[in-house]
Amino acid sequence: MEAKTKDLWVFIETNEDGSPKKVGLELLNPGRDLATKQGGKLVAVVVGNNVADAVEQAGIYGADQVIVIEGPEFEKYTTDAYVMALYYLVEKYGPTTVMIGATPNGRDLGPRFSCRLKTGLTADCTSLDIDEETGNVAWTRPAFGGNLMATIMCPDHRPQCGTVRPGVFKKPAAGENKAEVIKEDFHVAPEDIRTCLLEVIKEAAGETVDLEGADIIVSGGRGMGGPDGFKTTLKPLADLIGGVVGASRAAVDSGWIGHAHQVGQTGKTVGPKLYIACGISGAIQHVAGMSSSDCIVAINKDEDASIFNIADYGVIGDLYEVVPALTEEIKKLKA
Amino acid sequence: MNILVCVKQVPDTTQIKIDPVKHTLIREGVPAILNPFDGYALEAAARIKDKDPSTKITVVTMGPPQAVAVLKECVAIAADKGYLVTGRTFGGSDTLATSYILSHAIKQIAEKEGAFDAIFCGKQAIDGDTAQVGPEIAEWLGLPQVTYGLECEAVEGGLKVKKEAEDGVQIIGIKCPCLVTFTKPAFDPRYPTIKRKLAANRAKFEQLGDGFDPEMDPAYYGLNGSPTHVKKSFTPPVKQGGIKIKEETGADSAAKLAKILVDNNII
Repeated sequence: MEAKTKDLWVFIETNEDGSPKKVGLELLNPGRDLATKQGGKLVAVVVGNNVADAVEQAGIYGADQVIVIEGPEFEKYTTDAYVMALYYLVEKYGPTTVMIGATPNGRDLGPRFSCRLKTGLTADCTSLDIDEETGNVAWTRPAFGGNLMATIMCPDHRPQCGTVRPGVFKKPAAGENKAEVIKEDFHVAPEDIRTCLLEVIKEAAGETVDLEGADIIVSGGRGMGGPDGFKTTLKPLADLIGGVVGASRAAVDSGWIGHAHQVGQTGKTVGPKLYIACGISGAIQHVAGMSSSDCIVAINKDEDASIFNIADYGVIGDLYEVVPALTEEIKKLKA
Repeated sequence: MNILVCVKQVPDTTQIKIDPVKHTLIREGVPAILNPFDGYALEAAARIKDKDPSTKITVVTMGPPQAVAVLKECVAIAADKGYLVTGRTFGGSDTLATSYILSHAIKQIAEKEGAFDAIFCGKQAIDGDTAQVGPEIAEWLGLPQVTYGLECEAVEGGLKVKKEAEDGVQIIGIKCPCLVTFTKPAFDPRYPTIKRKLAANRAKFEQLGDGFDPEMDPAYYGLNGSPTHVKKSFTPPVKQGGIKIKEETGADSAAKLAKILVDNNII
């Protein structure tokens, strides 16, 4: 389809309570830059139920316009309802660019939605720019497990679409909310939603982990040697500094901790403020999932471990000596 | 149930090394394997067949002629039959174009094998990592989808899919026909038996080549039918290692690290 405007859209995914997911607000940061270069508005698109909070925050973080679709059928994410809503809006307004956070729901929504529009989508971008020559968005993303970066463009189809990894960009500075809010009356009939959420099994008490939203992650790898250290050594440190426990594939494959904790290519991609890698060698598949962390600390006995190549601070030592001592030291310093 | 599993042959990305001088991928000598996530999709189908032996599992792959190796592997593991989609005109297809070709191939295969109740795919391939082709096939075929599946169970008229969610696990009910993509479950997929391996070696696979479906519009496949184009590719800049800490004892190192983290307001 043809673009009707030069506007750039950021899809703001919402939680069930109507608050925005962090990544949506993060995308308003590069979104502002790209929208300016494209010569159009920065538009936030909010779909959900009781989303006043998300609409307000989108304005505070810099959207020129917020387009809202609200309804009980959007309280929980479903592929069918969300694709219909977004497709309806894009057909009506014709933005030139659409950005979606690469959360599990965003990665479910993105391809389905772009395919309905028969346009191109670049997945899991970690860097964005405008190509000076053509004015297209230059979407840069890792491939081959992080071994290769590719810059991709969608020259002849609009809107050009991309999903962008959480944690890569920082939320823009908050400012005065000047956004124009447009409420669209759009609803999806129950029979058009072809999936049904039957049950939610939260992880067992104390096991719940939101790696993608965490500011601090304390991760363990093969060097943990067994399951106990995750609870007795890493968890106390994570609890103390407001973090969560992650793991490498080696630890998960050994059955020491659940897959929900896995960081890396076959697990979660994370971008916390602080990532503490304990007994993790630093295989490229693991690094692909955490290299955009602001600060990386590695604790490993093996001085040659490749994790030290990407660590801001590398401690050479036995994690079972260093981590408990670190926990105690931080307690003292913070006291 | 009549299940189709979409699979891809990929380079084993864990074996890829970077040329230290030219900063390019060294692809030579890297083994081609069945995409691990597709293996999980096949395992999910095999588990349905374990409970209901009347289940039929067909696999399809798109790729060069040597991709037939993954069809053999799938037959050795659990599949009954396999199809190879291969053709020069398909080369250079991006995910949208690939899903277009596959959706047409699936319609043709269904004419021979019967309409599929479910199409299973891996969540993503480990070379491209896009996670796009599965949902795009679902869109072209108008099927409902569930992504990030862990395991599933056949129920009256549909499937109950256990899927990974951000804060735990969800059980989703979905009516057949449908498409489900699978991520890594808590269990290991089965290995082929010797008997099945021998049978797979003798298996013949039908091909769908260039022009297999005259209804297909060249505007939607191949390099020219792909909306996205790779402008450039490069190896990521190597981050220089930072400060190393190695004091007399682990406790001393920990004290030094704690001070750095606190002083720099990192925690």
